[in-house]
Amino acid sequence: MGYFTAQLISAVKLGSIYALVAIGYSIVYSIMGMINFAHGELLMIATFSLWVLLNAGVPFALAVALAILVTALFGILIERIAYRSIRDAGESTQIITSLAVSIFLEALCQAIFNSSSKALIIPDFFSKTFRILDTTVSVIDVVTLACTLILTLAVVLIIRRTAVGKAMRAVADNMEAADLMGIDKNRIITAAFVIGSVLAAVAGILYSGKYTSFSNDMGFMLGVKAFIAAVLGGLGSLTGAVTGGYIMAVLEVFFSGYLPRGVVSYQTAFTFLVLILVLLVRPNGLFGSSNRQRS
Amino acid sequence: MEKVKLRNNPLFRFLAVVLLPLLALLLAAFTGGSYYESVLVLFFINIILAASLNLTNGITGIFSLGQAGFMALGAYASSILTLSEKTKNTMVRNMPEWLAKIQLPFIPALIVAAVFSMLIAGLIGFAILRARGHYLAVITLGMVIVIKSVLDNANNLTNGSRGLSGMARYSTLPVVVIAALLTLFILYRIRISAFGRAMIALREDEDAAASLGINYSTIRLMSFMISAFFGAVGGGLWAHLQRTIAPSLFYFNETFIILEMSVLGGMASLSGAIPGAAILTFVPQILANFSTGFTLFGIQIPQINGLTNIVMSVLFIVTIIFRKQGIAGNSEYIVSSLFDRQTYTGLFKKETYTGFADAFRRKKSA
Amino acid sequence: MLKVSNLSISYKKINAVRDISFEISKGEIVSLIGSNGAGKTSTMRAISGLVRAKSGSITLNGEELAGKPPARIVSAGIVHVPEGRQVFSRLTVAENLEMGGYLTRDKRIVRERMEYVFDLFPVLRERLRQKAGSLSGGEQQMLAIGRGLVTGPKVLLLDEPSLGLAPIVVERVFEVIRKLQQGGMTILLVEQNAVDAMAISGRTYIMESGAIVLDGPSAEIAENDEVKRIYLGGKETWATSLLS
Repeated sequence: MGYFTAQLISAVKLGSIYALVAIGYSIVYSIMGMINFAHGELLMIATFSLWVLLNAGVPFALAVALAILVTALFGILIERIAYRSIRDAGESTQIITSLAVSIFLEALCQAIFNSSSKALIIPDFFSKTFRILDTTVSVIDVVTLACTLILTLAVVLIIRRTAVGKAMRAVADNMEAADLMGIDKNRIITAAFVIGSVLAAVAGILYSGKYTSFSNDMGFMLGVKAFIAAVLGGLGSLTGAVTGGYIMAVLEVFFSGYLPRGVVSYQTAFTFLVLILVLLVRPNGLFGSSNRQRS
Repeated sequence: MEKVKLRNNPLFRFLAVVLLPLLALLLAAFTGGSYYESVLVLFFINIILAASLNLTNGITGIFSLGQAGFMALGAYASSILTLSEKTKNTMVRNMPEWLAKIQLPFIPALIVAAVFSMLIAGLIGFAILRARGHYLAVITLGMVIVIKSVLDNANNLTNGSRGLSGMARYSTLPVVVIAALLTLFILYRIRISAFGRAMIALREDEDAAASLGINYSTIRLMSFMISAFFGAVGGGLWAHLQRTIAPSLFYFNETFIILEMSVLGGMASLSGAIPGAAILTFVPQILANFSTGFTLFGIQIPQINGLTNIVMSVLFIVTIIFRKQGIAGNSEYIVSSLFDRQTYTGLFKKETYTGFADAFRRKKSA
Repeated sequence: MLKVSNLSISYKKINAVRDISFEISKGEIVSLIGSNGAGKTSTMRAISGLVRAKSGSITLNGEELAGKPPARIVSAGIVHVPEGRQVFSRLTVAENLEMGGYLTRDKRIVRERMEYVFDLFPVLRERLRQKAGSLSGGEQQMLAIGRGLVTGPKVLLLDEPSLGLAPIVVERVFEVIRKLQQGGMTILLVEQNAVDAMAISGRTYIMESGAIVLDGPSAEIAENDEVKRIYLGGKETWATSLLS
């Protein structure tokens, strides 16, 4: 029983990270119809920013806030410099460009900080542990889950209730009609990147905070997994992104926890195979609608 | 006399696409030494890889990110087949006896490996090719992850993450030149055949193609399999150039390098594979000289890690923004000049020479 | 009020609109009629800033608007209700209308305009919480016009408002257009349904292959033999009988 609970808790932690990142993919996708493969690099940017700030002696809370800010700025810059001019180019062009941006950011980070793995020292408070039922849980695990819930709720509220959120949905629904209502789509797209970047930044900090060591290649694989989670849930759906994130994590954690010895090392392969199968049965994901209308 | 443009004159084509490159190649091969020879070998292997990806991504419109996976299959399968029983048994623990016993000469091994990869592509493609666009991109990327995971873990076949080594250096310059020419020739024949036109029709408009009675699932699958075949040929040649392979070499980085060649050169054109491969082969070699630090206008630039990736990705983004069809665009000038009979038969006709002189004069006076 | 002079539009190398000029005075309904591909929609798209004109000027009360972004044009007081409705199908009716008020700072004014829209189209009030995509074609057209009205326009550009609607619904839409005019709205109406358009408008411009070939009071244009032959098909309808 204890083993199972422990597995479940690590699935929830990991799933929270995936969910936060997946929401970012989903928002950008539903507005621009593009997959931003460089999204995962934002986790790296957030982590490195925090690391630099902490090393410079900035107090933890302020450093976290600044790191999130820096990440959001990068998100805006990436869209402005690389994606704006290819907005009407085909899917493949957009995918390729975002891959290139991803490689660029990773290499840039390597050039500045080299590729060795670094340690993030977070306040001791976060690594305090306590017991729930028969399992040990650390503060950062709780913080991770709480952050995910709060941020997801915040995003839902922003998108459902605020003028910017409604305009985002309008742009996603019909860009030209939104234009005709005087909605400045550039600004809306920027807002989407800011939201995505903030979530990614928080995810990045939580992830590196949990595992304490990180390097410049931390983002891509996390990004790819979160992206696949978003696809699994149905790109463009917030519920889908969150659910997909948790399903992805459950698969990953439970495959590595319960597969027989000798097969367990194939867990990555298994995870992806399951995802590929799901996509083949439901090509638009679990919560995706099949008739997406764009213009 | 009809005025033929200089670039379409057979003599010009022959000089530009056949004779001069041949001379340059010979010159480089005989004077350059072994370093230059291996760079050139890499160049020709890259042509094969890029051209194989162009068949799916550019010509048929199947956006695959999986080429590194097929390259890996070709590299591993061919290496296992060319290595001697003794080498295999000392390097790989518990390799199945029948497999350890097999040792083939390089060319048959390469062909078997390519056919193997093609069959795997057939199996995978059968399942995944119903997906489109983004989804296909993800699934093929997932395929690369799955293939790497298998290579990493099938210890008794692949020696796990340690990889295989000790392959002979079979990929000599003549071998890869012939392989690259054959690849381009076969792909070019496919492209200009009715089958190839169906691929292009499919890329342009799937519904219209279907209404013309084109069975698109067959064509997509065939295209995917042929691409996997040549991807594996590239991988096999690469393994016998490097002589050491490991799963991590066939991952996202390689995926991206192949994609970059394909896109920079021009995805929709087989000819594009040549400039694409040239840039991705030679520029990193040049950059390697700088990555340890250099002096620019008296300023000491320190060592820059990842310089190649920075430069190549910027180059790539700029290309996409300003010329997204790549260097070659839709033109098949290089490949058609290379393989069309007129380029050679034209050399025996008088009007070729008068036309050449005439076109040359016009060009000069213009 | 709205003045278009020497407007030319081209896509790639094809000239969609060639050097056209026309004018609409305050409170007037002007119809722009022509066959498919004559350049009517391109003209509208240029006025609303969706496409950039190659040359020419577009002024509203003397203010130059050519080349300005759509948001600027909306706030200047021109709104374009596009062909095919183009409602935000996954947003509710209320949210669609709110989008019309996106540029209006004062949300009280937005509410007032929405009330005005509900008076014109009472059915929208009943459908407020429904997704726009679930409305019927006629209701979507009303929503599209309503959404345009919430921007608080001085000039309304209506692109094919009758397209694909049942005759009874078409009649209702035209009634509303008339009502809007009575309220002082200036309207440019692009229609393939020439009969109804001419019946409702004061003046008509006829476009062919990107140029204006004929213009004048609608009643006169409707009497033109050529126009009768091409656009009215010689049929007697309630509109032609009304005009004659």
